Amino acid sequence: MISRRDFLQVGMAASAIVGASGFGNWARLAAQQSLTQDQLLQFDTYGNVSLIHVTDIHAQLKPIYFREPSVNIGVGANKGAVPHITGADFRKAYGIADGSPSHYALSAGDFSSLAKGYGRVGGLDRVATVINAIRADRPDAILLDGGDTWHGSYTCYHTQGQDMVNVMNALKPDAMTFHWEFTLGSDRVAEIVENLPFAALGQNIFDAEWDEPAELFPPYTFFERGGAKVAVIGQAFPYMPIANPGWMFPEYSFGIRDEHMQKMVDEVRSQGADCVVVLSHNGFDVDKKMATVVKGIDVILSGHTHDALPEPVVSGSTIIVPSGSNGKFVSRVDLDVRDGKMMGYRHKLIPIFSDIITPDADVANLIDAQRAPYETAMREVIGQTDSLLYRRGNFNGSWDDLICDALLSERDAQIALSPGVRWGPSLIPGQDITREDIWNVTSMSYGEAYRSEMTGEFLKIVLEDVADNIFNPDPYYQQGGDMVRTGGLGYRIDISKPQGERISNMTLLKTGETIDPSKSYVVAGWASVNEGTEGPKIWDVVESHIRKQGTVTVQENNSVDVVGV
Amino acid sequence: MQLTRRDLLVMGSVGMGATLMGALPAIASLTDDEIAKITGGADVSEGDLAITAPEIAENGNTVPIEVTAPGAVMVAIFADGNPVPNVASVKFGPMNPSRSASTRIRLAKTQNVVAIAQMEDGSFQKATSNVKVTIGGCGG
Repeated sequence: MISRRDFLQVGMAASAIVGASGFGNWARLAAQQSLTQDQLLQFDTYGNVSLIHVTDIHAQLKPIYFREPSVNIGVGANKGAVPHITGADFRKAYGIADGSPSHYALSAGDFSSLAKGYGRVGGLDRVATVINAIRADRPDAILLDGGDTWHGSYTCYHTQGQDMVNVMNALKPDAMTFHWEFTLGSDRVAEIVENLPFAALGQNIFDAEWDEPAELFPPYTFFERGGAKVAVIGQAFPYMPIANPGWMFPEYSFGIRDEHMQKMVDEVRSQGADCVVVLSHNGFDVDKKMATVVKGIDVILSGHTHDALPEPVVSGSTIIVPSGSNGKFVSRVDLDVRDGKMMGYRHKLIPIFSDIITPDADVANLIDAQRAPYETAMREVIGQTDSLLYRRGNFNGSWDDLICDALLSERDAQIALSPGVRWGPSLIPGQDITREDIWNVTSMSYGEAYRSEMTGEFLKIVLEDVADNIFNPDPYYQQGGDMVRTGGLGYRIDISKPQGERISNMTLLKTGETIDPSKSYVVAGWASVNEGTEGPKIWDVVESHIRKQGTVTVQENNSVDVVGV
Repeated sequence: MQLTRRDLLVMGSVGMGATLMGALPAIASLTDDEIAKITGGADVSEGDLAITAPEIAENGNTVPIEVTAPGAVMVAIFADGNPVPNVASVKFGPMNPSRSASTRIRLAKTQNVVAIAQMEDGSFQKATSNVKVTIGGCGG
């Protein structure tokens, strides 16, 4: 009989072995210029159960560039812990050589030059090849989609998610959970979910009126694999009606509901589950805390905060596996499940280098068919960029700087506000900016760009409130996004302070004057969660701005002074 | 476009009760006063009494809460940031199979929901749960 303690050692030993043979080798292989599809897929099949995890694809059917963040600050107990280390510190922590494929895939720094060498990442036709290869090793591998799948592109917007549904169905997932899907509106979500050929899970998706589990979304499902009974429990994004427009799905209530999660874990165990997997859209730090609060979870497949880590993080007797975003990674987790217990695991985060992995022909054709009616419109070149355009970072990204500039000039505002979302691919210097590229970073069902007046006092309340959604030391109060991006407005933030005391030195950048709490300012922004917001669509605002610029150059943004780290 | 406080869309989010901040500094002590009326100043300990409430309210106007108080004869619930903190008090008889109650309450702003239970032996237990009231945000 293997004790819990033994299991952990087995698990960690298994991880270390794969870490050496799988992950750590990318760097060396690439140095020899010999990175091949076989090496990316190499995996010594282990145990009796295989999980395949994809998450936060944000409707990216085709290969893209995606720069990971250089600023991702952890607070409270997560200060300095992964995924809150970036760049050279991240590479040092995992033994990743500078300039290696791992460097390019997993961390920021020298992104533009590495992107030219290593090429684009992702593409669901390449993801299909990887999934098929894993299924060739283990035909009954369980494919789990962590959600944020039916949102984020020109075709996804125009088909109301149907393009993604069609392509994902071809990959044959076994279960899924949700976040941005709900911004299609609850009628559309119900229409799709009722016809899904796999389980739509969410133990925390409740009927808002009766505060009881919503019938459309079962909490869990079982899989019999390799003589073991595996339970998969879904956990949707907890703060959907707060971070996104609740009026689009008023029938539903969410929340972390960890008491209910415990109840579900106990329930599946009592029904004979040998292994409990949570398919989560909590975000990494929330998952890490939940693993300490809820007893009996073996694996958390973690999504929402878009983190990609080359090894699972172990919390108690739970392993947490975050698998990145935008189709850039696929995680494979093999488990040895015996005698009602998970005895060990082997894991590999597989980067989807699009020039190395051969596209699956059938899925490639299916993707092209989804895109065909829109290709002409999507391919139109609006301008060029001299700068790297990226989104990820706690306080700003160059894409958002450009969007804020567009709001300031096109909407004739003093201050611009842009939401701190984490989706949206990058463009490297010298690239054309197409209409599709603009939609990739702006597409949503509530994209109206409003123009209004706000007092200085009110602006401070906004900044304080959003800052507490990111830097509250208790992960359960974090919503998983980044700071609202500001244009025309500079400020200082002390992340160590409580809500109401973090923001100071608010400055109108154009004149250098201090923001007056009692004075009104003209503010333009987008992605209001409020019903009835009016204004042109943000993608049209950005397109008009870029067209006038011709070639865009984004200066380094030093308008946020961060202290208390 | 006229922007109301409720509009604070942005990705913003704003404390719904921002206008109340600091306006009623005696609120916490109002709750303490009400608790003292129940306990008569007796010691209050932690026990099995538990409050289930969301960490962040989806709608501050209707926040679902549940109190579970094994062995209690009475539970009183307070919202320490509301102008009037008293929410409800529930009595349990010997025939009650479970000593729990759930309801929905309105919370003016981020605050503590406090429960005081009187146990069968006459002792008192207390539980507190902080509920954040906010609007908006920008999840990844």
